[in-house]
Amino acid sequence: MADVSLKKVSKAYGSVKVVHGIDLEIAHNEFVVLVGPSGCGKSTTLRMIAGLEDISGGEIAIGGNVVNELPPRKRNISMVFQNYALYPHMTVRENLGFSLKIAGRPAAEITEKTNEAADILGLQPYLDRTPAALSGGQRQRVAMGRAIVRHPDVFLFDEPLSNLDAKLRTQMRVEIKKLHQKVQTTIVYVTHDQVEAMTLADRIVIMKDGHIVQTGTPLELFERPVDTFVATFIGSPPMNLVDGEIDGGKVRFADGTTVPLAAGLKEISNGRKVRFGFRAEDLTPVGHGLAEMSGAARLDLTIGLAEPLGSETILLTELAGTEVQGKMFNPRPVKSGEVLPCLLAIDKCHLFDAETGKTLRLR
Amino acid sequence: MSKRARNILTWIGTFIIMLIICLPGLWVILSAFRSNGEILTRPAVWIPERLSLDNFRSIFGYGENVVAIPVGSYFTNSLIISLTSTAIAVAIGMAGGYAFARFRFPGKSQAFLWFMLSRTVPGIALSLPIFILWSWMDIIDTKFGVILVYTAINVPFTIWLTEGFFRQIPRDLNEAAQIDGCTPWQAFWRVEFPLAKAGIASSGIFAFLTSWNEYALASQLTRSTDSKTLPVGLMDFTAQFTIDWAGMCAMAVIIIIPALILTFLVQKHLISGLTFGGVKG
Repeated sequence: MADVSLKKVSKAYGSVKVVHGIDLEIAHNEFVVLVGPSGCGKSTTLRMIAGLEDISGGEIAIGGNVVNELPPRKRNISMVFQNYALYPHMTVRENLGFSLKIAGRPAAEITEKTNEAADILGLQPYLDRTPAALSGGQRQRVAMGRAIVRHPDVFLFDEPLSNLDAKLRTQMRVEIKKLHQKVQTTIVYVTHDQVEAMTLADRIVIMKDGHIVQTGTPLELFERPVDTFVATFIGSPPMNLVDGEIDGGKVRFADGTTVPLAAGLKEISNGRKVRFGFRAEDLTPVGHGLAEMSGAARLDLTIGLAEPLGSETILLTELAGTEVQGKMFNPRPVKSGEVLPCLLAIDKCHLFDAETGKTLRLR
Repeated sequence: MSKRARNILTWIGTFIIMLIICLPGLWVILSAFRSNGEILTRPAVWIPERLSLDNFRSIFGYGENVVAIPVGSYFTNSLIISLTSTAIAVAIGMAGGYAFARFRFPGKSQAFLWFMLSRTVPGIALSLPIFILWSWMDIIDTKFGVILVYTAINVPFTIWLTEGFFRQIPRDLNEAAQIDGCTPWQAFWRVEFPLAKAGIASSGIFAFLTSWNEYALASQLTRSTDSKTLPVGLMDFTAQFTIDWAGMCAMAVIIIIPALILTFLVQKHLISGLTFGGVKG
């Protein structure tokens, strides 16, 4: 069993605190993605788990053993680095077998495990090349192969796909997910890309300024963000947010437009300043929604710009002076300046406190 | 100006510059193969009538005009002194360069600056204080004394050059090696050292050439055949009233040859050493 446990883990460089006492329990075989904007402390957290950074406070345990004082080589972990960190003076074969050689394993075992990893990742044709003679995707696979030959307790990935182009990134994302199914190991994965987080994770941990903001499955985070940061960070396009004020079971925007609130949100006291949030797919032109909407609010909106994506078109429009995005499914051509009657699915809308940004009620 | 004309001008310019650089060396080599008489003839004889190895024969103690100079001892001294000081300088320089490239410690940038500034002091300016110190320690006219001076001269440059090389190696490689099970020491020897080998080799060659060719300090610190190096030995060809130019040139060629061979063997590394190590953000 290789669960990973972080208790009140903190990191400070001199007087600058970058990770503020985070708690996190990662179960055996779980795929956890740490995600957040740059500087949020996610990579530092990963490096602390790896033992590449000392921890300033708290406790890290892997498989029940506290590893605070253990050097990386004694933690039985593997790591895939952002720039692959392949040894340039060794062939792919030597790169893959390096850890086993250091551990003093017999040559036959090294050959066997190297071949096994090469088979899993389709690296057989490249075993005698050096990293310089490989493409970005192949290097990435070698880096993963180097990680799996040791059968570690925990895999750590530090933004492994950010050096790849968009197409290759999508492809490698699938490979990583398949790899997890094949090798069944605990994975901690760091990225700043919410799409990667959503597609890969069993559970996402969103970090900001050295704190964990929210932890949950991809759908939980998408559907029930705890604050405006998570709401705008997860999902593409980001959630629309419009400032308004509560007025008798409705929210009134600056230009006087009102939108009724869903049943659960109606008890919020009058006059409270709020940020009204909804996702693009919940604002659709009449007849172009995903399904019949019950209790939708009707709004006539002037389309500023249309971005056709084929299966859907993203519509840029304004609600009470704030730019918002809607989606048109089964799209037809839309002209700029066209006024479209739209439906807003009010039971899927969110309310956040205008000052703190915290959610006012989970719907 | 046409491209062709520009090319021709470039070639002529390069030729003139190379001529100025190479002429003294060429003259030394030519003179090593002819007699004193021909060397001293006025006007100078540019194309020698006859080339012979007589000068080499005589400095090694063969032929008619034997010159009583212990070239063998000087050669051995030069080799011992240069190799030892280079080995020590590379060992210290590699450790220092690695530390400067990888670790954070107080006074780092100041220390680095002082190493560089030490290069700006001409060695000869230090000769008197060194002479006094060395005579107090009673290491004048010993190989050890010269090795000590050459090591001190070479260490700052070696540190500077290897630091550049180690800095070019991504830190991630060391970390990857540690995760793969290496101790920090193993990570250095198995991953970072092989990658910095070219740089370390070129710093070693620079150090060797500096020691091999140095004259000024060695001439102050050595006297006997036990410690005199080849460049100092050249002065043995000057007597009170005469200078044996032919013998001196032959010995100069003997000094040049190892340096030349070494440079040719590793010129690729030398160039990468100068450009690679030198390019720093």
